[in-house]
Amino acid sequence: MSRIDAKFAALKDDGRKAFVAYIMAGDTDFETGLEVMKGLPDAGVDIIELGLPFTDPMADGATIQLAGQRALEGGQTLAKTLDYARRFRENDDTTPIVLMGYYNPIYSRGVDRFLAEATEAGIDGLIIVDLPPEEDDELCIPAQKAGINFIRLATPTTDDKRLPKVLQNTSGFVYYVSVTGITGTAEAQSSDVAPEVARIKAKTDLPVIVGFGIKTPQAARSIAAIADGTVVGSAIVDRIGKGDSPKDVLSFVRTLADGAHSA
Amino acid sequence: MPDDLLNSFMTGPDENGRFGDFGGRFVSETLMPLILELEAQYEHAKTDDSFWAEMHHLWTHYVGRPSPLYFAERLTDHLGGARVYMKRDELNHTGAHKINNVLGQIILARRMGKTRIIAETGAGQHGVATATVCAKFGLQCVVYMGAHDVERQAPNVFRMKLLGAEVIPVTSGRGTLKDAMNDALRDWVTNVRDTFYCIGTVAGPHPYPAMVRDFQAIIGQETKKQMMEAEGRLPDTIIAAIGGGSNAMGLFYPFLDDKEVGIIGVEAGGKGVNMKMEHCASLTGGRPGVLHGNRTYLLQDDDGQILEGFSISAGLDYPGIGPEHAWLHDIGRAEYVAITDKEALEAFQLCCAMEGIIPALEPSHALAHVMKIAPDLPADHIICMNMCGRGDKDIFTVAKHLGFDMQA
Repeated sequence: MSRIDAKFAALKDDGRKAFVAYIMAGDTDFETGLEVMKGLPDAGVDIIELGLPFTDPMADGATIQLAGQRALEGGQTLAKTLDYARRFRENDDTTPIVLMGYYNPIYSRGVDRFLAEATEAGIDGLIIVDLPPEEDDELCIPAQKAGINFIRLATPTTDDKRLPKVLQNTSGFVYYVSVTGITGTAEAQSSDVAPEVARIKAKTDLPVIVGFGIKTPQAARSIAAIADGTVVGSAIVDRIGKGDSPKDVLSFVRTLADGAHSA
Repeated sequence: MPDDLLNSFMTGPDENGRFGDFGGRFVSETLMPLILELEAQYEHAKTDDSFWAEMHHLWTHYVGRPSPLYFAERLTDHLGGARVYMKRDELNHTGAHKINNVLGQIILARRMGKTRIIAETGAGQHGVATATVCAKFGLQCVVYMGAHDVERQAPNVFRMKLLGAEVIPVTSGRGTLKDAMNDALRDWVTNVRDTFYCIGTVAGPHPYPAMVRDFQAIIGQETKKQMMEAEGRLPDTIIAAIGGGSNAMGLFYPFLDDKEVGIIGVEAGGKGVNMKMEHCASLTGGRPGVLHGNRTYLLQDDDGQILEGFSISAGLDYPGIGPEHAWLHDIGRAEYVAITDKEALEAFQLCCAMEGIIPALEPSHALAHVMKIAPDLPADHIICMNMCGRGDKDIFTVAKHLGFDMQA
C-alpha cells in the first residue's frame, strides 16, 4: 500500500477529511522552504504537494509563478527539489509527498532516471499539469510501473463522456479543479462544486480532493465538507512570498487545516 | 498503406498530432476538451467546399491574393550567381503572411459560435491581422503582447487599438512572446465557453501546427504555379525565415514531396549562436523539450528551464519552433541555418537599395542567407525566398541600429 493509500485509509478510519497543502520548493530560498515543509505535518497537513519550479507555469496564476521565479533565481533545480523529499523523509516516513509541476524539467532529466531518483527520494505521487490522458505513455504509465501514483486533474470541462478516460490511469486520488481558470484567482463555491464531486465519485472509488480558489479556513471547511478533502496553495505561498516567517506561515496553515478537519 | 503514401512527407501529423516524435497535446485537462472540439470542427471544415470557398473569396477580395512572384533582377545581377525570386507576401493586406492563417481561424471560430477572440503577438503582425479580421466580422479581440515588445513595436500597438482590439501588455515572467503565449493560454483556460484562441504560428497543441500550416500553404501552392509560369519548372531552392515557422511551413509544405527542391529554413542567430544563448535558433542551438502544448526543439538550460531568446526581430524572438520543422530537421528533408542580426541588417539595406522593397526584419534573415549562397551557385539555379512581411513596423528599430536620429 502506498503512503497515499495508507493516509486515506487512516483518515477514513478517523472519519476525517484530508487537508492538502501546496508549497513551492526553494521558495523563498532552499532552507526557508524546507523549514516550512518539515513543519507542515505538525500544522495538520495530511498530504504535501511540493511544487517543482518551472519558468512557464501556464496553469498557474501570478502567486505561484512568482514563487517559481524566486525559487529559480535562488538556484532551485529538479535535483534540489528531490533533496527536499530526502531531507523531509529523515524525520517523517508517513506523510505523502506529491510532486506538482510541469513536464519539461522531468523530460529533460529523462523519465527513467527521474522515476528512479524520485522513488529513492521518497516521492509518492505526481501531478503533472501538462500531461493529459492523451499523453499517458510519456510519464503516467512508467510512473505507475515504478510504484509512484499519477494523480490526474479533472475539471469543469471534463464532461461525462471524457471522465472515464481521465479516471482510467489515475491512482492515489483525483484532484478536482474547482474553477475554470488558473490557480489563486476565482473563488470556488461549494454549491457549484458539490454536484461535480458527486459526478466523479459515481465513477471511481478513489478519494476526490478539491483545489484551486480555496483561500480561507471557512472555504477549506465548506469545500472539504462536500469532498474527501481540500487543497490550499496560493494562499499559503502568498504568505511565504510576503516574507512571513516559517512559524507564522505554519500558524496560518494550522487554521486552514483546522477548517478542513472540522468539516 | 500504399507505397506512395509511405514515401510522402505530407501525411503528418498522425492521429495523436505527432510529426515523428514531435508535436502532441501537452495541455492541462481544462483545455483538452477544447482542443478536441477544435480538431473535430477543423477536420469537418477541411473537407467542406463552402469553407474553402469563403476562404478563397476573402483571400482574393480582402487580402489581395495571389501575391506576386517577383524576379529580383538587380539583386540577381549584384550577387552574380543564382536567379533570385521573391514571393511577395508582404503585399498582403496588413503587410505580412499572418492574415492568411487568421482568416481561416476566424471563419472557423464563427462556425463554432465563438464571440471572443484572443491572440498572442511578438512583432505585432499577428496581433494586427487578428484585430483586422475581428473588426471586419465584429468580434471582440484581446491581444497579449510582451511588455518589452509593446515598447519596441509601438506602431503596431496603435494599429491594433485603432482596429478596436484590447492590447494587454504582459509583464509576467520576462514579458516576452513566450510569456504572452502563457497569458493567452491562461485567458483561454479561464474563458472556455465563448473564447477562441487564434494562435499565430505552426506551434501549440495539435491541431494548431497542422491547421495553421494548412492555412499558410496557399503561399507554396501559389509559388509552385507561378514558378511554372515564369520558368517552366520548380525552383531549386526555397528559403524562408523561422521564428515559430508559419511562413516557412506555408512555403515549404507543398514542396515537401518534390525531392529535387532544396528547402532551407533560416533561424534568428541574434548576436551569434554561442553558449551565451544570445540568439533564437532553437534547432541550431536547442534540444527537444515540451512547452506550449507541443514537443519540439527549445532553448533551455540543463534543468529543462526555458531560456529567453535574443533577436533584433521581435517576430523571431521565440525559444521554440513548430514541431513539423523539428521533424523535417531530424529526418533531413530541410536544412536549417542561422543568420545574425548584423547579417540581417545588411540584407535589409541591400533590399531597400537594390529592389525598392523595404522588407521586414524577419524575411531580411532569409534574404541574408540568399546573399550568402547565391554568388556561388550557377546562373541557372533558381532560388525563391519568402518576402513574408514589409518593414514599415521596423524602421524605428533599424534607425536605432544604424545610428539615425528619427527626431532630427
